Amino acid sequence: MTLAPNGPAMTQRIVIPHVSRIEGHAQITIDLDDDGQVADARLHVTQVRGFEKFVEGRPFYEMPAITARICGICPVSHLLASAKACDRIMAVQIPETATQLRELVHYAQYVQSHALSFFHLSAPDLVLGMDSDPAKRNVFGLAEKFPELAKDGVALRRIGQHAIELLAGQRVHPTWIVPGGVNKPLAVSARDTMLGELPEAMTIALRALDACKALCAKFPQEIESFSNLPTLYAGLSNDQEELRIYDGQLRFRRPDGTLAAVVAKPEDYDQYIGEAVLSHSYLKAPYFKPTGYPDGIYRVGPLARLNAARCCGTPRADKELQEYRQVFGAMPQSAFLNHYARLIELIWSLENMRLLLENPSILDINVRAHANTNRSSGVGIIEAPRGVLIHHYKVNESGAITWANLIVATGHNNLAMNYGVKQVAQSFIRNGQVTEGILNRVCAVIRAYDPCLSCSTHADGRPAVHIDVRTPDGTVVQTLST
Amino acid sequence: MSASMSPTKVRIATAWLDGCAGCHMSVLDLDEVLLALAARIEIVFGPLVDAQHFPKKVDVSLIEGAISSQDDVTLAKEIRANSGLVVALGDCAVTSNVPGMRNAIPVKRLLERVYLENTLTNSMVPSDGVPALNRHVVPLHEIIKVDVHIPGCPPPPAVIASVLTQLLDGRRPELPALAKFG
Repeated sequence: MTLAPNGPAMTQRIVIPHVSRIEGHAQITIDLDDDGQVADARLHVTQVRGFEKFVEGRPFYEMPAITARICGICPVSHLLASAKACDRIMAVQIPETATQLRELVHYAQYVQSHALSFFHLSAPDLVLGMDSDPAKRNVFGLAEKFPELAKDGVALRRIGQHAIELLAGQRVHPTWIVPGGVNKPLAVSARDTMLGELPEAMTIALRALDACKALCAKFPQEIESFSNLPTLYAGLSNDQEELRIYDGQLRFRRPDGTLAAVVAKPEDYDQYIGEAVLSHSYLKAPYFKPTGYPDGIYRVGPLARLNAARCCGTPRADKELQEYRQVFGAMPQSAFLNHYARLIELIWSLENMRLLLENPSILDINVRAHANTNRSSGVGIIEAPRGVLIHHYKVNESGAITWANLIVATGHNNLAMNYGVKQVAQSFIRNGQVTEGILNRVCAVIRAYDPCLSCSTHADGRPAVHIDVRTPDGTVVQTLST
Repeated sequence: MSASMSPTKVRIATAWLDGCAGCHMSVLDLDEVLLALAARIEIVFGPLVDAQHFPKKVDVSLIEGAISSQDDVTLAKEIRANSGLVVALGDCAVTSNVPGMRNAIPVKRLLERVYLENTLTNSMVPSDGVPALNRHVVPLHEIIKVDVHIPGCPPPPAVIASVLTQLLDGRRPELPALAKFG
């Protein structure tokens, strides 16, 4: 399909109004110059919900339940970041078992969320093909052609969700995670059920990783062009620089592997992270403050986490990490490799679930600290499946929220996603030649980041590849769909 | 357009307005049941598939989320015009729920708070290619006729399965006792 230039001196604008198979609503604009080459491309996130404002006046202990409604895909992440911020406001040290249980439920969420990203959302591109029939390029089409793979995806996601249900009472928006800890200890029967389901999960995860390794060989141009750029990488790790998702310190690492910063305590985050507004998007663009805007571009999420940490800290995941680094280098840059990194993290999450479940102290009944307002502000930082998540609250003397700031995982990647959209468009669009498959690749670079745009923005069910060709004044001169 | 039409299968669409995707997750939480249902239903539109336009002659549309922008209004009306039955799925679609918490605050103040006061660099309210918010967030039935309301934040998978099964059997569904708000 060719988009004929609309007059000799007129540029073309290609609009993808609905990026499909992502967790949220976004639009992409690609501008072509007179020669049909890509001049610019941008990602628009098109909704805002205003949580930061409308939570003002609510008691702080309501915040986990309210902010969980930011995202039904990773509600556990918001529950945890919020509860940690509340722990700081209460000035309590939560019981050790409460920490272990919070970690456990978070690993379970990694399992379900990473399974969703790989099998349900991205495998249709990777397995059926970027250029395959868009009517079948989804998880149901996958189930028709590769039923075993689709079954694996459904089973792995189920095991993660079931663990959340066993721990927290329900799969989506559980009320178990509370300021001060969790509201119920773990029952022996629930522990045993989870332990019983882990071997199947590990078998599936290893099978998916093998498949992913083979798939990487089929996408050299995608690996080359999916946000393949040197940026800083940010992620949580412990004193040994092993990957952490519930606690640890936030480290920023340069593309050459050297450390750029270590955030000593959560409250210091705003010394390192600034936020800029992009005129074309409701999603703000955080940047690394010491470098400044816009050069302080950094990334979060699986690729970035594995770059920011020295190692995973569990045997099987570290073996896989070593192999990954042998193939792609110590600090891989392509966002495409998020898929590979995500599956290494899946294995790591399952190993950690086993370690926590096999520790007898996981059954201890002391799981909650009680206190009122003892500090006027609190910051909670965790690693959501998509990257660093920060909740920062200020309260008055009676514990009502007076101010809140939320920096969600996908926001950190905003600058890099914009860069990636332009890079992949430039790599594949030549002389004005645009196909549905090419536009699907432009969407796929966004899918590689597994963005959670429902996190503090909005989502809209309209997916698509639908192209409006507009003159520079915005008039639609041609509409193409596949 | 290459979308296949399967006349023997019930054509189902899902949509996600101002909500958190939790109701869609609850649909996915049908787990293996969903794969089994794939023999009887075809998902023709929604966040999980790549259909580019809302199709004609959809049998059942499940809508998650409240109405908060003109884009939401337009899509809701398009869905109503092309769907046999419309189901409001979950508390946001049924009552406006948490998204409606912004209704007490003027939109201008909300946006200034997020984009001017919280931000140090390039402070401005985004306006290039992003839709304006409606003054109030409202539930689905204020904009279009709704045939079935399923409460819950999210509705449990068993409730969704029960309603879907009754619909597939050609009955107007009754909510199981398990259904509740929150």
